[in-house]
Amino acid sequence: MIQHPVRVDLPAHLRTLAKITGEVSLEIKGPITQRTIIDALESRYPALSGTIRDHYTQQRRPFLRFFVCEQDISHESPDALLPEAIARGTEPFLIIGATAGG
Amino acid sequence: MSSVRLLVGTRKGAFIITSDGKREDWKINGPHFAGWEMYHLKGSPADPNRIYASQSNSWFGQIIQRSNDGGQTWEPVGNKFSYDGVPGTHQWYDGTPHPWEFKRVWHLEPSLTDPDTVYAGIEDAALFRSTDGGANWTELSGLRGHGTGPHWAPGAGGMCLHTIILSPSDPQRIVIAISAAGAFRTDDGGQTWRPINQGLRSAHIPDPTAEVGHCVHHIAMHPSRPSTLYMQKHWDVMRSDNSGDTWHEVSGNLPTDFGFAIDVHAHEPETIYVVPIKSDSEHFPLDGQLRVYRSRTGGDEWEPLTRGLPQSDCYVNVLRDAMSVDTLDTCGIYFGTTGGQVYASSNAGDSWFSIARDLPPVLSVEVQTLA
Repeated sequence: MIQHPVRVDLPAHLRTLAKITGEVSLEIKGPITQRTIIDALESRYPALSGTIRDHYTQQRRPFLRFFVCEQDISHESPDALLPEAIARGTEPFLIIGATAGG
Repeated sequence: MSSVRLLVGTRKGAFIITSDGKREDWKINGPHFAGWEMYHLKGSPADPNRIYASQSNSWFGQIIQRSNDGGQTWEPVGNKFSYDGVPGTHQWYDGTPHPWEFKRVWHLEPSLTDPDTVYAGIEDAALFRSTDGGANWTELSGLRGHGTGPHWAPGAGGMCLHTIILSPSDPQRIVIAISAAGAFRTDDGGQTWRPINQGLRSAHIPDPTAEVGHCVHHIAMHPSRPSTLYMQKHWDVMRSDNSGDTWHEVSGNLPTDFGFAIDVHAHEPETIYVVPIKSDSEHFPLDGQLRVYRSRTGGDEWEPLTRGLPQSDCYVNVLRDAMSVDTLDTCGIYFGTTGGQVYASSNAGDSWFSIARDLPPVLSVEVQTLA
């Protein structure tokens, strides 16, 4: 099976922290899940460790959401396989910061 | 020629404000880390170009930044603060046990001698130390584990370890303060700790003279007299002349003894500064008049310093880490407000001027006096 790069779209603050612009493209071997994507992201960009999921609980931070293919999968298991469109890189894995203001 | 560099942490980024030794013309550089809460930035006394910064927000948690060039460039370092062993519980607001949970770093205190060693005071209250420039952090767990930890409870702002004082005369001695647990001291480099709250009286707790439970807001020390400590408690300004073994009140003629910030003149160990705040329910100056109070007698006798400060319609607060002093011949005093102003005095408080008027709410101000 040919592995395609997984595309990840980060919130602006995390792009600044990781010193990147635009989408991130990650080569991931094996199943494509929330966990394997974030593992790969933290491995490539250590500054992001602890910013998307808690260091200790490994739980998603409460003010972040994961969107794929127009679906909110934030409450899915971190080990659930993601849609083929994410694995093939035709759709990005979106990490979204909760809107807040006032 | 000497110069000064202010490290200003705000709710929405950090600013570096500089001037030459005349302290007349100021340059504001920033925001650094725009949009993030910058609880505290502090430079190493051993290498002023080494600066540590605490960066956090509710979305992405805690980041520690380090600069090796005086704040021109930064790099994120370690942000993993793991409590030692099983964290256990402290008291929650309703008195029930609540597990210790890391929330943020309130204060960073670089070692007096080693630029790679730095202490971090965190919420929920604990003290951490890094000896590799912030890459890795280890809890000094003797503090939470000395016995009273399960009885500590948060103040309204959270259960934060906000004050870290390293003794210049005894490298084994550290004094820390926690809201709302009180002050604690180690004399063996952080292995063992004990409460140092004798003499504090807090009417808002069940036992006003309890061993722990006092809402200490800040403590200051003059490096030439490390055994003399000045404390701004929730209410009351206090003094100790035996490294915290006992305290006595020196609020004297202050119009209100509630407040957060307290500091000591760089060259006069008996000259201290506070910013009286009306009350714990009205966090602004009395009568809309922003006044620093100075005592030249180590407390009890206070004079208001008003020249250059707003004396009407001023309803800002000055937070605990938002006052600092430089060490130039005529001591400079600096403080920031929740209204985004940074005020400076180049004559030990006799008169004041604004060096920044419209920053985000100021959380911390530290000044470096550079050769």
